[in-house]
Amino acid sequence: MSSLSQESSSTPETNVKRAKRGVPEGLWQRCPGCQAVIFRKQAEELLGVCPECGYHWYISAKQRIEQVLDEGTFEEWDAEIMPTDPLEFKDKKPYAERLKAEQKRTGLNDAALTGTGMIRARRVVICVTDSAFIMGSMGSVVGERLTRAIERATKQNLALIVISGSGGGARMHEGILSLMQMAKVTAALAKYDEAGGLFISVLTNPTMGGVAASFASLGDLIFAEPQALIGFAGPRTIKATIGIELPEGFQTSEFLLEHGFVDRIVSRDKLKSEIARSIDYCGK
Amino acid sequence: MSTTTYLNFEEPLEELANQIAELEAAKDDSPEGHEQLRQKKRELVDKTKEIYSNLSEWETVEVARHQQRPQSADYLNLVFDEFVELHGDRKFGDDRALRTGFAKLDSQKIMFIGHFKGRDLKERSEAYFGCAHPEGYRKAIEKMEMAAKYNIPVVAFIDTPGAYPGLGAEERGQAMAIADSMFVMSRLKTPVISVVIGEGGSGGALGIGLGDRVAMLQHSYYSVISPEGCAGILWKSHIHKEKAAKALKFTSKYLPKFGVVDDVIEEPLGGAHRDRHQMAARLKMYLMKTIKELQAKDIDTLVEERYQKFRKMGVYLEEAVAAEAAE
Repeated sequence: MSSLSQESSSTPETNVKRAKRGVPEGLWQRCPGCQAVIFRKQAEELLGVCPECGYHWYISAKQRIEQVLDEGTFEEWDAEIMPTDPLEFKDKKPYAERLKAEQKRTGLNDAALTGTGMIRARRVVICVTDSAFIMGSMGSVVGERLTRAIERATKQNLALIVISGSGGGARMHEGILSLMQMAKVTAALAKYDEAGGLFISVLTNPTMGGVAASFASLGDLIFAEPQALIGFAGPRTIKATIGIELPEGFQTSEFLLEHGFVDRIVSRDKLKSEIARSIDYCGK
Repeated sequence: MSTTTYLNFEEPLEELANQIAELEAAKDDSPEGHEQLRQKKRELVDKTKEIYSNLSEWETVEVARHQQRPQSADYLNLVFDEFVELHGDRKFGDDRALRTGFAKLDSQKIMFIGHFKGRDLKERSEAYFGCAHPEGYRKAIEKMEMAAKYNIPVVAFIDTPGAYPGLGAEERGQAMAIADSMFVMSRLKTPVISVVIGEGGSGGALGIGLGDRVAMLQHSYYSVISPEGCAGILWKSHIHKEKAAKALKFTSKYLPKFGVVDDVIEEPLGGAHRDRHQMAARLKMYLMKTIKELQAKDIDTLVEERYQKFRKMGVYLEEAVAAEAAE
């Protein structure tokens, strides 16, 4: 499950080249969408969207929270939950070391930020996964943070926003425990649903594997950023299984919209107001 | 026994079996002859015990995938008194990798949901080698909801390498179908038992895996990813599947410790394929006993306990900080 996505996001497939690890430092940046050389400041002012082609670049979970929430309203939850290595997993590198390296590189202690804040003065619970941290994959920490956030949203009767950027699906390094996070988070969402909660799921590039096959697909409303890679199995796995070239635009947001799995494709600059409007429609 | 297909690591067993066959063919009626045959048979049992009590993770995968390992279709004959298949997801089609229907366990009515793999090539390709499409999970949802309506317990047999990775599956929302199935299962108002009978391949397995009790047969495996898939990503080649299998700790030796599997059902000596009748009998006993236990609970308690069971899964560190400000 994790496979699928890891490979897919580390190797750009389909029609558009995708940014691997976001915007590198430097004054200029080549757009992964159109290859144009863009003045970085300009793209940043556009929330990380290419001014030439509209391609949505990688942005971090922290930047997403800044973009979506009213300034200074974010209060982080459960930052003290830290990942560990229950399987004593070792591939080419021990997982424990990989965690440390990823923490140092990203400034995150795992792949999800959760908490509460305001969207145009409406209090919400917000969870964001960051594809820079082990492909945004879900292990025990991501699962636990999300579950606690959902349980608090249930208790406090708040709208729930989850922005997914997870190419890695369920995290292999924590084995079956990662797979079970899909069940855990899903079960919490079922309770939230029963209590009448409003869940808006926002899919960004990439949302694959076990994340796509659990919370990301369970929104009362599902929004997707343009041109994001979204699916269950990674393009390479599918190609290897069926042995034919994949059609252009396969597993993109637009493809999902066309096939009826996404409510709206929402560009980054409109996301905040679209969320606020939906909350109002649902009276939350 | 005689028609068993031997796995690589079973070479000593094959040798012993051949020796026994030769001795039997020789029909030596002398006391020495009898003694020699008894001796060899004892050796075979001992060697089988030795090998099967020390299976590596990869060898377990080979047993779980053994072409003669009993499948859902076999257990439907051996464990249940009848199977009334209910086809179709009422939306698109009738998945052949995931089949559903009424079944009887003595007098106990149940809703059966299970992966089908097939034996010969025709059956196997019809069932996509046990890899379900979204229709399979949507069919499971339909039938589970129906079962809950009439208070029929659900028994789910998991035996899949994974959900099918293909064009149609993606176009028809594989990820959504699996998510929806878990969502429904997590709050289904009837007892649910999930049993991994062979391969428990990631999301495709978990899609029917949210049971009040989750059991696995001793030599089955249940994993976040196939050993080949994991090796391909982390070691950059499928060749390292044995290392990946070891690292993933997905056998019945580990999963109860992680709190993921409630019960391990012991297999006959040398694996379920060596004595499917005995395996079926043990499986039947387990199901009857467990259904009774679950039926004794008030339904809301049952559903809440199911929630709490999955709620506890996961291992992380948490400093004892009074950071419960959010509450």
